[in-house]
Amino acid sequence: MSNTKIRVKDLQLYYGEFHALMDINIDIIENKVTALIGPSGCGKSTFLRTLNRMNDLIDHVKIKGNILIDGIDIYDIACDLTHLRKRVGMVFQKPNPFSKTIYENISYGPRIHGIKEKSKLDEIVEKSLKKAALWDEVKNRLNKPALGLSGGQQQRLCIARCLAVEPDVILMDEPTSALDPISTLKVENLLEELKREYTIVIVTHNMQQAGRVSDYTSFFLNGEIIEKDLTKNIFSKPRDKRTQDYITGRFG
Amino acid sequence: MVENTKIYTSNILFKKQKVNMKEKIAFILIYAVAFLTIVALLSIIGYVLINGVKYLNVEFFIQEPKSMGREGGIFSIIIGSIYLTFVSIGIATPIGVCAAIYLTEYAKENKLVKLIRFGTEILAGIPSIIFGLFGFVFFVILLGFRWSILSGGLTLAMMILPTIIRSTEEAIKMVPTSFREGSLALGATKWQTIIKIVIPSSISGIVTGIILGIGRAIGETAAVILTAGSSLGVPSSILDPTRTMSVHVYLLASEGLSKEKTFATASVLIILVLCINFLSNVVGNQFMKNTKVS
Repeated sequence: MSNTKIRVKDLQLYYGEFHALMDINIDIIENKVTALIGPSGCGKSTFLRTLNRMNDLIDHVKIKGNILIDGIDIYDIACDLTHLRKRVGMVFQKPNPFSKTIYENISYGPRIHGIKEKSKLDEIVEKSLKKAALWDEVKNRLNKPALGLSGGQQQRLCIARCLAVEPDVILMDEPTSALDPISTLKVENLLEELKREYTIVIVTHNMQQAGRVSDYTSFFLNGEIIEKDLTKNIFSKPRDKRTQDYITGRFG
Repeated sequence: MVENTKIYTSNILFKKQKVNMKEKIAFILIYAVAFLTIVALLSIIGYVLINGVKYLNVEFFIQEPKSMGREGGIFSIIIGSIYLTFVSIGIATPIGVCAAIYLTEYAKENKLVKLIRFGTEILAGIPSIIFGLFGFVFFVILLGFRWSILSGGLTLAMMILPTIIRSTEEAIKMVPTSFREGSLALGATKWQTIIKIVIPSSISGIVTGIILGIGRAIGETAAVILTAGSSLGVPSSILDPTRTMSVHVYLLASEGLSKEKTFATASVLIILVLCINFLSNVVGNQFMKNTKVS
């Protein structure tokens, strides 16, 4: 049983004159991991950032087409940006914990969304850190600065921070590119756990990673989706010559 | 063949020695300059303290000045200095920090912003006596605040505004974009992001700006005489005139009233400035406690 969580219809994105995304049509399935692959500058990160409207922060960006999450157009005027970003969380390429304590990092999201009771916050912090497989490592140092953690721990902290606001969808923009292999493995294992509850979209430069963690894969090239399919199909029998060239490492 | 290698190596050694000499000279120069700076600082502070500290006693701090400052202490003057500094910082800090937030977070690069930036730079370069004249005409006479802590505080606030704006701006610019993105991606509004992430991350820079502002306010003489007056009494309200330590030192010295009281007051002034710096550092570090890698 697979439900469409996000439906993208005829999406166009322009940076000023530059046509960065062309005719993007894709359905992202609930409780699955969808990987976006492609060479640098192909638009996959840009596309990811349209899903929680982070591109709104950049000047001269123009967007046409529709993105429906649970059937609701997120570019509709009536759509509440704060609410959207609460439901669609994001984990960035470089771990970006705030220069606060571990506890404050996790409780920041719930707090800005109005949760004040200490007991409730404690509960959220513990639950989020457990889900991000970080609880055992940090439970005795919750009031220590988050920046004192290792890179891999920081990234899992960012994942926990994102989980704390209870999103449905998690967007990950090359979440392991700044991490060592062991930390990468931990994050990848985590994805396996998380997809039971969340819909995950992950941008990655690492083909093996896409193969390991994702259920669906879309191949981006020059602002277009060249091919999208089940990951096992993309990697075993790609239909497009360009996809084949890319995944076999002939370019990119 | 052997001959050749020999020449080659000796050449290298020769060159190396030359570089070492240059480096040594640069090193000595840098040390000498650093040493000179410290000597200048210590000799000024030392000279004032040596000439002044011996006259310091409890009476000097708790007595009010008598016969124009020739006798007695400087109780009212200490109160006046602190009062005036707090008023000016109290006015300048919120305005300066808000202006810096506007300039860095909200304003787009346009003519108005360029004009504001240009204006703050000009403001920073204006001689203090001009601020004094303006304060005298505008606050003292036109607005009818007379010679008072309020007039003086407003005038000093204008003077230290550029310092606070500039250092806050620099501090805010240092906050990585990734912090802002992280906050916004959690559903925070821009304002929440500024208040809860950007400002706390730049607090040490803001505190530094305030310290510099305090330094400028407490050391100012010309603008204060023209706007806050030089009354010797203890001010009881913000509309009372007062005399700050800098003004007191200036008047005692220029009118030749008492050398020992001049140096004693100057010593208190220096010690107070050192204490403010120290305290602000402690406060700044307290804010930074959770934000730095331990």
